[in-house]
Amino acid sequence: MKKSLILLAGVLFPVMGWASGGGAMYPNDDISIDWSDKAAMQRGAALFSNYCLSCHSAGYSRYNRVGKDLGISDELMSENLIFTTDKYGEKTKVGSLMKVNMTGEYAEQAFGTAPPDLSLIARSRGTHWLYNYLRGFYLDDTRPMGVNNGVFPAVGMPHVLAELEGLKTAKKEMQDDGHGGQHEVIVGFEQVTQGSMTAEEYDQAVKDLVAFLDYLAEPYKETRQNVGTGVLIFLFFFLILAYLLKKEYWKDVH
Amino acid sequence: MSKSSDLMGWIDARFPLTKMWEEHLSKYYAPKNFNFWYFFGSLALLVLVIQIVTGIFLTMQYKPDGATAFASVEYIMRDVDWGWLIRYLHSTGASAFFIVVYLHMFRGLMYGSYQKPRELIWLFGMFIFLALMAEAFMGYLLPWGQMSYWGAQVIISLFGAIPVIGDDITLWIRGDFVISDATLNRFFALHVIAVPLILIMLVVMHILALHEVGSNNPDGIDIKKNKDENGIPLDGIPFHPYYSVKDIVGVVVFLMLFSVVVFFMPEMNGYFLEHANFVPANPFKTPEHIAPVWYFTPFYAILRAVPDKLIGVIGMFAAIIVLFLLPWFDRGKVRSIRYRSGAFKGLLIMFIISFIGLGYLGALPATEGRTLFARIFTIGYFGYFIGLWFISKNEKTKPVPERVTS
Amino acid sequence: MSSEGIDNSRRRFLTAATTVVGGAGVVAVAVPFLSSWNPSARAQSAGAPVEADISKLEPGQQIIVKWRGKPVWIVRRDEEALATLPKIVPELRDPGSDESIQPPYAKNEYRSIKPEYLIVIGICTHLGCSPSYRPEITADWMGGFFCPCHGSKFDFAGRVHSGVPAPTNLVIPPHRYVSESVVLIGEDGEA
Repeated sequence: MKKSLILLAGVLFPVMGWASGGGAMYPNDDISIDWSDKAAMQRGAALFSNYCLSCHSAGYSRYNRVGKDLGISDELMSENLIFTTDKYGEKTKVGSLMKVNMTGEYAEQAFGTAPPDLSLIARSRGTHWLYNYLRGFYLDDTRPMGVNNGVFPAVGMPHVLAELEGLKTAKKEMQDDGHGGQHEVIVGFEQVTQGSMTAEEYDQAVKDLVAFLDYLAEPYKETRQNVGTGVLIFLFFFLILAYLLKKEYWKDVH
Repeated sequence: MSKSSDLMGWIDARFPLTKMWEEHLSKYYAPKNFNFWYFFGSLALLVLVIQIVTGIFLTMQYKPDGATAFASVEYIMRDVDWGWLIRYLHSTGASAFFIVVYLHMFRGLMYGSYQKPRELIWLFGMFIFLALMAEAFMGYLLPWGQMSYWGAQVIISLFGAIPVIGDDITLWIRGDFVISDATLNRFFALHVIAVPLILIMLVVMHILALHEVGSNNPDGIDIKKNKDENGIPLDGIPFHPYYSVKDIVGVVVFLMLFSVVVFFMPEMNGYFLEHANFVPANPFKTPEHIAPVWYFTPFYAILRAVPDKLIGVIGMFAAIIVLFLLPWFDRGKVRSIRYRSGAFKGLLIMFIISFIGLGYLGALPATEGRTLFARIFTIGYFGYFIGLWFISKNEKTKPVPERVTS
Repeated sequence: MSSEGIDNSRRRFLTAATTVVGGAGVVAVAVPFLSSWNPSARAQSAGAPVEADISKLEPGQQIIVKWRGKPVWIVRRDEEALATLPKIVPELRDPGSDESIQPPYAKNEYRSIKPEYLIVIGICTHLGCSPSYRPEITADWMGGFFCPCHGSKFDFAGRVHSGVPAPTNLVIPPHRYVSESVVLIGEDGEA
């Protein structure tokens, strides 16, 4: 029922303002996320703390909450997923928010812009965008980090997952833009160096990472839906009672 | 005498409890032919209660401070027990309020509920609508996301269109050279105290005025003309228990729809909670596409349809002012659409299409084609009031029945 | 309106059923609102057990650590102070700590796991002031803690003297030794 309701809303209300920038993105593949697959989210969490969390914070989220929701014990969390230290130089506690040690000013100098907090990135960008963005890096000498992105052109972020994916170049073509002019679009990628993963493995890894980001954006989503089901069942029974009561009293009127 | 009637007697000698109960519920005679459209008044009251209760609990955790406001909302969503539910109830409640109120107003348009002697009910209602818009606008700044920030920026800038003093006024409203902590703090105060007080007071006046003249009905006839020997309207039934039990059914159906949104689609695909609002306010970067929340889009579309800043702002405010004047635009004697002319029906259909059309266009980025449509719909919107003035003087109406039809 | 043929018992039953079910719904709705007053994840994280390093604590010294926003004293009692504990018993209100709050492993003469180290919450059991540490033993003061607000006195084990306003001994928080020199306050050990 959940799915059909969401589908119905999708038909009635076209999705608003999920900024793809209106421009074309490449790649542009669909992703669906299985919230029951906690193992995928755990793998995503590992990728996240290894590759993202040194520059990006997830500053509204707590390590132990992630651990509790994904089935990772506090000890495992602390040993394998926490790499930061607190202001006394001790390892960050599991109850802490997932902040980074890098300061905003330093980051701005290094990347031109401070890396955004990722707690809510799946709600502001959407999972579709993230999935393609993380697979859209290609070599471009004109950029300070040596890479550009087919989803987020001129992005300041380096390709941090290059050791997994390897590096690609983009094949570009000129296409009509519909207003009489022409503009360059990416039509494909070509692998230049191999990473530690095959293309399929990398897609799966990114999918895991995006699943984790989706979880991170709304950790209470499953609770929300479960409570909602209960509430609707209750209201349905209450509706029957209320309707019978109304009918009983309105016998006087009709 | 029983204990409870003793107690009631003691209270009634000191406070008109029984009298009020009878006047407004058990001996308030409402027409017996209320239909579907008559649920939305009580539903609006329900949503008001939801908003007040959830709002009180949100203020306990929210921080009206530019540096911490965004984080405090996420704190409510993640760290506070059930905070997500309280927040989603409030954010969904805001949209639900407008849905219910728009339908309630449409009911008034259809059945002539604003006509003599109910002009004051309509005026109080319009002030409620105005207060609600102010409430919603200021509340939307509080999460301090990108849409909060830039939406407020755009709307406050509207006041800049006022000749001579415009810039000073915008500066004064913001209390700073940009939207800032000062703006957030004062909007918070207005949102949680000032406007709700006004709103509650207006709701009381709206209901008192209604109970003074009595409810209209889908036939638009006066049930007080036909009374029995006890002075009770023949077509009237006591609000309690008949309409109280009926409204419970309406409330439960509403709550089911409301719950579907709260629990399964709280963002409503970006209509109730906009995606860009999950990014903290950044005064240096406007989101690629900014649109007000859906309930403001009809008026926003009128603003954008006019190619001049000042006239556009005047047009937008005029769209609300004409609604206030509706009881005097309509010179007809027949209230209900059931007995009014085809011209009236045509005008009302045109108005509804224009309003929905404007709302739809206001949510989308403007293009040349869309602006053209927005202009047509703007004419349709205002055309309703002007057309009504002309057709209602000598309208060819059907005979109105003496008693209500069921 | 007609009033004949009304089934009053059915009407009463439906009214009662709707009231009860609706009332249950209202109670259920109250739960999330009331729960939102519980300590949040942030408060719980801030109230997490704290570690204290006692390796540098000299005999007779006191250090104060913050746990759940309250001062927790760690006092390293010297021989002299420990010697007062049995002697002062007649002056105490609850020498056996029977009416006082402490984990079972601290319900002994020293009110501690290790006799040398006293770990106690520094909040007077009278009205919540924080007493001060008065280790100097004089003719009329056997050493311990003194509350400036209303003059309550406690011995070196945080036990309350009789004849002062405070009703019970100072509270001992749950704690355990992680190692010889590190104590974790806020978490029970196996004692």
